[in-house]
Amino acid sequence: MEKIVRMQRLNKYFGDHHVLKDIDLEVQSGEVVVIIGASGSGKSTLIRCVNGLEGYESGELVVDQQKLAPKGGNQKALAAIRKEVGMVFQQFNLFPHLTVKENIMLAPMKVKDTDKSAAAGVAMKLLDRVGIANQAEKYPAQLSGGQQQRVAIARALAMEPRLMLFDEPTSALDPEMIGEVLDVMRELAKEGMTMMVVTHEMGFAREVADRVIYIHGGQIVEEGKPDAVFDNPQNERTQSFLSRVLKH
Amino acid sequence: MESGFQFDWGAAFGSVPYLLKGIPYTLLISFGGLLIGFAIGIITGLASLSRNRLLRWPATAYIEVFRGTPILVQVLFIFYGLPDIVGGPINALTAGIAAIALNSGAYISEVVRGGVQSIDKGQTEAGVSLGLSRSQTFWSVIWPQALRRMIPPLGNQAIVSIKDTSLFSVIGVGELVRQGQIYIATTFTAFEVYFMVALLYLAITLTLSSLLRFVERRGLAST
Repeated sequence: MEKIVRMQRLNKYFGDHHVLKDIDLEVQSGEVVVIIGASGSGKSTLIRCVNGLEGYESGELVVDQQKLAPKGGNQKALAAIRKEVGMVFQQFNLFPHLTVKENIMLAPMKVKDTDKSAAAGVAMKLLDRVGIANQAEKYPAQLSGGQQQRVAIARALAMEPRLMLFDEPTSALDPEMIGEVLDVMRELAKEGMTMMVVTHEMGFAREVADRVIYIHGGQIVEEGKPDAVFDNPQNERTQSFLSRVLKH
Repeated sequence: MESGFQFDWGAAFGSVPYLLKGIPYTLLISFGGLLIGFAIGIITGLASLSRNRLLRWPATAYIEVFRGTPILVQVLFIFYGLPDIVGGPINALTAGIAAIALNSGAYISEVVRGGVQSIDKGQTEAGVSLGLSRSQTFWSVIWPQALRRMIPPLGNQAIVSIKDTSLFSVIGVGELVRQGQIYIATTFTAFEVYFMVALLYLAITLTLSSLLRFVERRGLAST
């Protein structure tokens, strides 16, 4: 199995605040890794390091065979990684001045020099796949949150990434829209996409994850198969976290 | 002192054909200056956002100087002062356009900076995460959105600059106010003529602001 992400003794600070402490983490091709933890535990920062949205201070980070230097240096590696790694944000971050279709076409046209009609074809196929082909000509603001997030997933997929990062993709959604986004992610996982997902959706984690990682205070406190982590957590911090989030 | 003032409609309307001759100058100085000012504003506004101090500092200095001194002094300096250095007279029209360009450029620079900074950081993150370079992200994601937000303050600046051109009567450009002054010199109907001058400025600025409202509505419909 090919490793897509390899972090070794990764340390990250925000000023004096030590956000990530000696993180060792590997993600294999085709694997779905779900990262859970309380807010402020460093889980979002962790996946934002993978595509260089956050730099780190020490340790080693290799993504898709590209070594990403500390402090976000090495622009070439960064550019190469970002072409291969898609990201979906909590706030969708769609481009409000472009239609849904144009949102998806932009990166293939600018980064891969795909011609316009081919990019439009890809966009329509992806919109169909996430179930909103009929919204292609609308602007993001005209869509519901769930639809916007599905567009954001399609937009990332248009670059044919080898790895998808999801940073709390359902946290900004109304409860009735969470399901439609998780469905798309579930499909994606089934098709073999390598995924790193930060989420509070424990049901999704249990069902879809190959591996669950619990982060507390910037450290990986527990990791393993979902059943093992959820049903038989070894660390008492994991136990108390799960007892709080699984109650409701 | 009795005040037997009577508004002289004949004088008011009689001045109009004469005043209208000033309007092309007023518009040429305003829009010529604003066009150049917009270019200056974009360049210095982006420079003031740069991480590079060699770009940021000169831009900031320019903005401070031209926002911090009166435009009347600026145009007097250009028209009467600069010829001492360049070694020849400067055409009054050129001086007027240059003054509007440099003055509005400083304000537009701040409009550009504010517009760009108002765009959510998540937009840049989304752009670079898709593999776009920093400059691709800026020009295809950030700038179009910033430009849309800049329309109201830019319109505001255009109106201010149009009114500022009235000061250039002091250097003898035959713009609206200057035309009025010349007319009054022979007819002594100051009230009527300045009243018409004011109405003509109002006509220009009202046209512009309704045009801008239209553009703004169209621009916002898609966001």
